[in-house]
Amino acid sequence: MFAQRMKSVLPAPQPSRRGFLKLSLGAGAGLVIGAHMPGIASAATESAAGDGVFNPFVKIAPDSSVTVFIKHLDKGQGVYTGLSTLVAEELNATREQLAPEFAPADATTYNNLLWGPVQGSGGSTAIANSWEQYRKAGATARAMLVAAAAESWGVPAAEIMVSAGVISHPGGNQATFGEFAEAASRLPIPETVPLKTPEQYVYIGKAFPRLDSDAKSTGQATYTQDIQLDGMLVAVLTQPPKFGATVAAYDDTDALAVNGVEAVVQVPQGVAVIANSTWAAMQGREVLSIDWDETAAETRGSDEILAEYRAAADTPGTVLRDDEGVEEALAGAATIIEREYVFPYLSHAPMEPMNAVVQITGDGAIVWTGSQVPTIDQGAAAAVLGLQPQQVDIRTLFAGGSFGRRAMANGDYVAQAAAIAKAHGQGQPIKLIYTREDDMRGGYYRPLMVHRVRAGLDADGNIVGWHHRIVGQPILRGTPFEGMLQGGPDITMIEGAHPTAYALPRARFELHEMQVGVPVLWWRSVGHTHTAYVMETMIDELAIAAGKDPVAYRLSLLGEHPRHRGVLELAAEKAGWDTPLPEGRFRGVAVHESFSSYVAEVAEISADDGILKVEKVTIAVDCGTAVNPDQVVAQMEGGMGYGLSAALREKLIIAGGEVEDGNYDTYTPLRISDMPEVDVHIVPSSEAPTGVGEPGTPPIAPAVANAWAAATGDRITSLPFTDHDIVA
Amino acid sequence: MVQLTINGTASQIDADPDMPLLWALRDELKLTGTKFGCGLAQCGACTVHVDGVPVRSCQTFLGDVEGTEVTTIEGADGAAMAALQAAWVELDVPQCGYCQSGQLMSAAALLSETPNPSDEDIDAAMDGNICRCATYARIRKAIHRAAETMEA
Repeated sequence: MFAQRMKSVLPAPQPSRRGFLKLSLGAGAGLVIGAHMPGIASAATESAAGDGVFNPFVKIAPDSSVTVFIKHLDKGQGVYTGLSTLVAEELNATREQLAPEFAPADATTYNNLLWGPVQGSGGSTAIANSWEQYRKAGATARAMLVAAAAESWGVPAAEIMVSAGVISHPGGNQATFGEFAEAASRLPIPETVPLKTPEQYVYIGKAFPRLDSDAKSTGQATYTQDIQLDGMLVAVLTQPPKFGATVAAYDDTDALAVNGVEAVVQVPQGVAVIANSTWAAMQGREVLSIDWDETAAETRGSDEILAEYRAAADTPGTVLRDDEGVEEALAGAATIIEREYVFPYLSHAPMEPMNAVVQITGDGAIVWTGSQVPTIDQGAAAAVLGLQPQQVDIRTLFAGGSFGRRAMANGDYVAQAAAIAKAHGQGQPIKLIYTREDDMRGGYYRPLMVHRVRAGLDADGNIVGWHHRIVGQPILRGTPFEGMLQGGPDITMIEGAHPTAYALPRARFELHEMQVGVPVLWWRSVGHTHTAYVMETMIDELAIAAGKDPVAYRLSLLGEHPRHRGVLELAAEKAGWDTPLPEGRFRGVAVHESFSSYVAEVAEISADDGILKVEKVTIAVDCGTAVNPDQVVAQMEGGMGYGLSAALREKLIIAGGEVEDGNYDTYTPLRISDMPEVDVHIVPSSEAPTGVGEPGTPPIAPAVANAWAAATGDRITSLPFTDHDIVA
Repeated sequence: MVQLTINGTASQIDADPDMPLLWALRDELKLTGTKFGCGLAQCGACTVHVDGVPVRSCQTFLGDVEGTEVTTIEGADGAAMAALQAAWVELDVPQCGYCQSGQLMSAAALLSETPNPSDEDIDAAMDGNICRCATYARIRKAIHRAAETMEA
């Protein structure tokens, strides 16, 4: 379904290798053309491309440097290093040899293997889908180097060793990779190559420092914002203050009079000022006058939308699970706990505001951007420019954060930049820059959500019934990704609540998908941002009502889920769950699975007269094989911090259809003085790796809420905490 | 024409004196290590030193820095910055990395004034620098580490 749907919207994968070759050459992309993926080569006799190119992922230069083509965007999560590690492990290259480069857009060669024919990063899948592919790419290249050396030295390949970037034979021959790279890259690609067993790993699961720390600590890493090209112009775009409004008329007289402003153009999304410097473009926009047609605009604000969601929550929704006897069980329960939960719109607010550089060339276009879903960005730019997708050369750069914002289902700012370049029509590269206000008011938020839960306990504290209604705005429906739903409910609204790992004997889950004109999008951990909060605070409340320890109570409900239990037990042990706390300190716990990884967090807080401070967070994670343990730790620290930021203070307010918050003065992220001490523990595992970019985020808000309840008895049922006379 | 010293080199910038220093550095001088994050002195990504003092270049106008010495991440080469950068790399502080130039410039100013800062000193000096990746725990650790190296 997914593949069929994507085909109708997105550029089709190339029908044959010949077609691919021809088109790639035509576009002048010049990279690893025509090589097949190792492992799916049609025959063992298929030869590699030569010129040091072993396969689409590995190229070795005469100086022995190893270029690893990174098919995923690095927006901080470390995949630039992670994928390089996988290749280096099987190639037996040294870390110093590695010279990663972001791969070009190519949905056939560089697709996300878990997504079908689409290249992109999301759902914490980068390492998971590349795990075998990149190791095979490294192993294949190593086998080819060995074969070339064996031929040259006249010795059996089986006697040749490769270690730390050196090819050697016990007879005394020794060579660098570079010496054989050219010859080896013309040899047949072996169909099957043995991969290392875990005991043979030299890098996986061990210390392997990031490959970008130096560039990112010296100001040398290049982001889209930093692109400087000859003749490049800068554009800023005024979009309508209300979502869905359009330009009725505009007056650019004053804007064009600003020194440095070169043009003012109307595009479908608004009016852009194009200038020879960023400052001139911004100044020009200040004096641009636009009348908006708001006939089709969304005019409701957060309050009205919430009121409608609450009204919907009074009525039955689409039934997701309907065990027999739920109402009877609740009617006969000894204790009923009923709660309504409200979650606000959230902005991703990455440090680098959205941006893209587009240059229309003689035979296509070049797009420089932190492209998270290159297949969509390519298709979106091509559609705007009247080109075939293959004529759009996507050059991916480091992204200054994303948290989901750069994974656009419609191309968004890439399409805008293309439209501006097209309207300008002079051929110069144009850099579209969002200001912070453009970024925060430009839509694509974590949707506002409402949950209502009614749960019943018997006299012994056992859960007997659970009724759960979810109301909000779908993320996937109506986008090119809708096919993933296969006609079912929008999973981004319910994942993490339904299905649940907890043994609920009789449960009914219902869903209302509401129509709202506010653009929404995945925000680090997507539906889990709210479902984990509801499940983990409600279970906690039930545990307390049952007179049980919150950890023990959870364990009793997770009988068939050993990995949940494993992280919960480890986090509790490391946090000293059963040990007394100093006066004024309180603990709360949460455990949650997301994106096939399992994370438990214990928050230790101080709560004093309405002042909340999260002092320490102990995290246990089970993500299968930890390819780079220190980066798993980093993602747990950061993912937790991102979730804590939202839980404490973040709330994007829309009033009268217009977004009130525009900058970090009113939308106030976590700062260093808010950051707790973090202690991360990784469950040892030889399972295939799963993601870590998102799973650290969901458990922190409920863990802190449960600690606050332990401190005060107050159950916080709407976020952020600072909405409740709490200073944080 | 505004005259000032940038990273030790006497410079003349032919731009509107009302232009924020940030855009003069990035667009006119192509010194892109200093980042644009908010334009409102809220996030610290644009932090540079003017006569040794950390300032938010997005809210510092070119006309106001006439005759001063401006140092950016590209030109910061004192002992504090060297120790900090080594600690940043050793502890793999950056994730997306976009805020880190500003973080380092603030941290370098802190260490110049306070060679052995307490956690409270770090909070006070660094609270103006947002990191959405929340690398704060490592930033704190790296500042302490750099202070130790400088003492040794």
